Amino acid sequence: MKEEAVISVSHLYKRFGHFTANDDLCFEVGRGEIFGFLGANGAGKTTAMRILCGLSKPTSGDVKVAGFDVYTQTDHIKRNIGYMSQRFSLYEDLTVLENIRLYGGIYGLSRQKIREKSAQLLSRLEMEHMQNSLIKSLPLGWRQKLAFSVAIVHDPPIVFLDEPTGGVDPLTRRQFWNMIYEAAHRGITIFVTTHYMDEAEYCDRISIMVDGQIAAIGTPADLKASYGVSSINEVFIILARGRQAVTE
Amino acid sequence: MEDRAVIVQSLSKTFDKVRALHEVSFEVSRGEIFGMIGPDGAGKTTLFRILSTLMLPGSGQAEVLGTDVVKNYRKLRKRIGYMPGRFSLYPDLTVRENLEFYATIFGTTPAENYHLIRDIYIQIEPFSKRRAGALSGGMKQKLALCCALIHKPDLLILDEPTTGVDAVSRKEFWEMLLKLKQGGMSILVSTPYMDEAAQCDNIALIQEGRILVTAAPHEVTASFSLPLLGVRSNAPWLLLNDLRQWPYAESVQPFGEFIHVIAQPGHGEPQALLSFLKEKGHPDPEVRVLQAGIEDCFMHLMGAPSHAI
Repeated sequence: MKEEAVISVSHLYKRFGHFTANDDLCFEVGRGEIFGFLGANGAGKTTAMRILCGLSKPTSGDVKVAGFDVYTQTDHIKRNIGYMSQRFSLYEDLTVLENIRLYGGIYGLSRQKIREKSAQLLSRLEMEHMQNSLIKSLPLGWRQKLAFSVAIVHDPPIVFLDEPTGGVDPLTRRQFWNMIYEAAHRGITIFVTTHYMDEAEYCDRISIMVDGQIAAIGTPADLKASYGVSSINEVFIILARGRQAVTE
Repeated sequence: MEDRAVIVQSLSKTFDKVRALHEVSFEVSRGEIFGMIGPDGAGKTTLFRILSTLMLPGSGQAEVLGTDVVKNYRKLRKRIGYMPGRFSLYPDLTVRENLEFYATIFGTTPAENYHLIRDIYIQIEPFSKRRAGALSGGMKQKLALCCALIHKPDLLILDEPTTGVDAVSRKEFWEMLLKLKQGGMSILVSTPYMDEAAQCDNIALIQEGRILVTAAPHEVTASFSLPLLGVRSNAPWLLLNDLRQWPYAESVQPFGEFIHVIAQPGHGEPQALLSFLKEKGHPDPEVRVLQAGIEDCFMHLMGAPSHAI
């Protein structure tokens, strides 16, 4: 772990009736770290992520995000994080510029700041000529790159990315990871979920959730070494389905 | 019997100004798994909707199981099983009710063709009374596959059955497809996951409505003629930037643990690149010669710009 923790989770439990969705989660994420949050469908990732974003409260346990408490300081958390998902991120019936202004406003930036940031962002993405195009007219790859830039328009300490590259072509997927690397290099902490196991290899550290618990956590290299396999995909399958599954 | 399950000739389809399919031609043999590999927006769904008789082609011909998709669509519908990309079962019906509903539409019963779905259905049977909308992603896909199979079709058309599904469920799903193929089923399946291409007998790589190449997966990778090097170090971001400075690099892209460098012809020796990296101050980089995979080929065929962003 690098420097101080910007996410710290200690004995997090979340129960829905008799069902335990998050079962004693303990982990920390450091500043500027790229943290891959992996797990099978239904393992409890979304539940944990909602708690970290201040959208849902734990049943018990201590959780701090950007130094703020998830029980009492959710408004502070929301102002200090960015969020992007594959399913929903930009408003399709608004233009590129309108989306940037909308999100800038939601994140509480001043008009002056929004103007500066819009110009900066459009030029970095080389999208000036598209600023008045509706989002729905843009190819998916462009939308996803724009969505990521909008999610960090307020320079948050942390950004949460929920399957940001699903269905995107292989080249755009890599351009997207370039942007992630760059943001992490600037000190933004990246918390990302993905079903592409090759992307797990790009993370500084990953955790793998199985049935509500963190079954493994560490650097990709350490996890592969300790399970004696050559890819994160194999580690994932061993944990989620048992060791015999790999040799089938 | 016709030895080809699908014959598509110069198929095009345009929506307003968007050309979704442009002169697409390919064939699927009986009893094979044919993979349509490409990202979102490549035209896969449009193509599959036309082949499933749910949409009219703009121009060109398509014949499925020896039947024209426009002239004889009613006859054809009984013989194909179509699984759309978006979950399209009834979320308010239970698992069992959905299965019975789809069987009834085709004038059969779940019992009659149970042998076809048994291996898959036993995995979701514990949840047979659960509403379909409350199933997990992998379970939904298994149920959807059962419903597409229940009338014993001769051809399965599966539109991105593994998108958004975790790595374990994806593996299980492909195991099921291979079993169905052994039973004689012809399968046309689309996917954005390049690693799934290896499971297919033949594939087409599709991008922006055009087919880039059609061949067996090993033929596609064997046709990659440029030298390919894999590079690894424990500072990937710095490594990536430095590799982009290498004068003989055609393309530099991260691929999981290794960064893939396509070198210019005649510059495929690891030694030269290794010395370049040592000069740049990388203490212990690893450079090895690699065989190209489907994803390397796809990106190369797309005409990947080498210094993106």
